Amino acid sequence: MENRSRFTTLIMPPAIYLFLLFLLPLGVMLVFSFRAGTTGAAHNIFTLNNYRAFLENSSFQRLLWRSAGISFTISIISIILAYPIAYYLAFRAGVNKSILMTLIIVPTWTSYLLRIFAWKLMLGSTGVLNSILLSTGIIEQASPILIYSRTAVVVTLIYVWVPFVMLPIFSSLERIDRNLLEAAADLGCASWESFLRVTLPLSMPGVVAGFFFAFIPTLGEFVTPLLVGGAQGSMYGNLIQDQFMRALNWPMGSVMSLAMLAVVFILMFLLTRLGPLSELLEL
Amino acid sequence: MSKIKLPSIGAIYIFLICAVLYAPIILLIIFSFNNGTSLVFPLKGFTLQWYQKLGENAEMLSAVQNSFLIGFGSSLLATILGTMGAIAIARFNLPGRGLFLAVSTMPLVIPYVILGVSLLILFKEVGIPLSAFSAGLAHVIISIPYAMLIVSSRLVGFPNNLEEAAMDLGASYWEALLRVTLPIISPALLAAFLLCFTMSFDEFAIASFLVGTDTTLPVYMYSQLRFPTRLPMVIAMAAIIMTLTMSSMLISEWLRRSGQPPTRK
Repeated sequence: MENRSRFTTLIMPPAIYLFLLFLLPLGVMLVFSFRAGTTGAAHNIFTLNNYRAFLENSSFQRLLWRSAGISFTISIISIILAYPIAYYLAFRAGVNKSILMTLIIVPTWTSYLLRIFAWKLMLGSTGVLNSILLSTGIIEQASPILIYSRTAVVVTLIYVWVPFVMLPIFSSLERIDRNLLEAAADLGCASWESFLRVTLPLSMPGVVAGFFFAFIPTLGEFVTPLLVGGAQGSMYGNLIQDQFMRALNWPMGSVMSLAMLAVVFILMFLLTRLGPLSELLEL
Repeated sequence: MSKIKLPSIGAIYIFLICAVLYAPIILLIIFSFNNGTSLVFPLKGFTLQWYQKLGENAEMLSAVQNSFLIGFGSSLLATILGTMGAIAIARFNLPGRGLFLAVSTMPLVIPYVILGVSLLILFKEVGIPLSAFSAGLAHVIISIPYAMLIVSSRLVGFPNNLEEAAMDLGASYWEALLRVTLPIISPALLAAFLLCFTMSFDEFAIASFLVGTDTTLPVYMYSQLRFPTRLPMVIAMAAIIMTLTMSSMLISEWLRRSGQPPTRK
C-alpha cells in the first residue's frame, strides 16, 4: 500500500506531462484531421473530405511510399556499412575500443544542419568532389551530378546515420557470450560459419534497433531534402511541412501526418514480431 | 585468432570510415579561417575576421541566448521528470509500469516533424502563443526518454539496500531518496542533463515549427544558409559551438562511465 502511493507520487508528474504534451497533441491532431478548414467558420465543420482528398490524390501516396523506400534504402545501406565497424570494435579493437568508439561518435556532435550543409559543399558543382575530379582530369567540366537529386539525399543521410546505427549493433555484439564462439570453433565450425550461424543471429536485435534508429528520423526528414535534394529529392516530410508552413492547410497536413504514423506503426508491428520490443530498444 | 599486428582489412575499413566522417567537418573548419566570402577552392588565405565579427552580430547572439535558455530549461525539467520516472520503473513493479514505459519511450519512434506539427496544432487550439517557451516544452518530450534510460540504467546498477538502510535508521522514504539515492546517482543525472541539453541545442525540426519569433541558433543558421556571404560567420559560430559540445559530451560520457558499475564480460 505504501509502495503504491510512492510509485504513484513518482510517476504522476512525468505521466501528466507526457499526457498533456505528447498524447493530447496527437489526439488533437486526429480531431483536426476531420476539420474542414484551418481557421474561420470551416474550422468548426467536421468532414471526411480531407481523407477522401488524400486517398484520391495518388501523388501523395506515391511520395509516401517513395519516401518510405528512400528511408528503407538509407537504413539498409547504413546497417551494411555500420556492421563491420561494430564488429571490429566488439571483437578486434582490443584496448583501443573506447578510443575508436569516441572517434566515430565525435563527428555526430557537430551541428546537424552544418554537417548536411557541408555535404552540399562537397557535392555541389563548385564543390570538393568536382574540384578533385577536375584537377585529376577525370572530368572536363564541373558537373553538379550529385547535388539536388535523390542520390544526394541518400548519400548525405547515410553519412548522418551510420554512427548511430553502429551503436545498437555494437552493444548487441558485446553481449554475445564469447564461449559460444569458442564452442562453435571446437565443434569444427569455420570462422565464417560461426559468424553466420552464431554471431549474426545473436546480433539481430541490435540490427533491428539500428534499422529503427535510421528509418524513423529519415522518414520524417524535411531539412536534408530542402538543402541537398532540390525538387527531385523532395520527401514526404516536405509535403507535411508545406501544409503547415506555406499552404496553411492544417487539416490536410494532419491527415498526411497520421498516414506517416500509420506506416511507422505498421512497420514497428511487423518488425517487433521478430523479438520483444524491450530487447530491441535495449531497455 | 592470429596475433600478428599488421593493418588488417578491418583496421583499414575503420580508417576509411573515419576519413569520410571527418572530411565534411574539417572542410567547414578550413572555410571558417578562409579570407573570402564564397565557400569555394582555391582558398584565399588565412583570417580570423569571421571569429572577430561574431560579437557584432546581435541577431546571432540573441539566437544563441534563446538556444541556451531553451536547452537549459528543457533539460532541467526533462532530467527531473525522467529521474522520477526512472526511479518508479526501476524500483517498483506495480500495475501501470508497463503502460508508462511504453508511453514515455514512444517519442523515440515518432518522427520529429509529427511531434512538431501536433504541438503546433495543440498550442493554436488552446491559445498558447509560439515562443522559446513553447519550443522548450516540446524539447522536454524528446528528452524524457533519454534521461529516463540513462538514470534507470544507473539505478539498476546499485541495489536499493542503501535506501532501506537509511529508512531503518529513521529516514522517511523521501528523505532516503533525496539524501542517499540522488547523491549516488548524481553522475548519471548530470550525464542525462548534458545529453538532453546537447540534443535541444542542436534541434531544428521541432523548433522550426514552434519558436515563433524567438529564433534559436539552428533556426537562425538555417535562415542564413541561403545567403552565401554570411556563411563564413555562421560556420565560425558553429566551430565554437562544436568545441563546446564536444567538451560537454566528453564530460557526460566520462560521468556516465565513471558512475557505471563494472560491466559483465
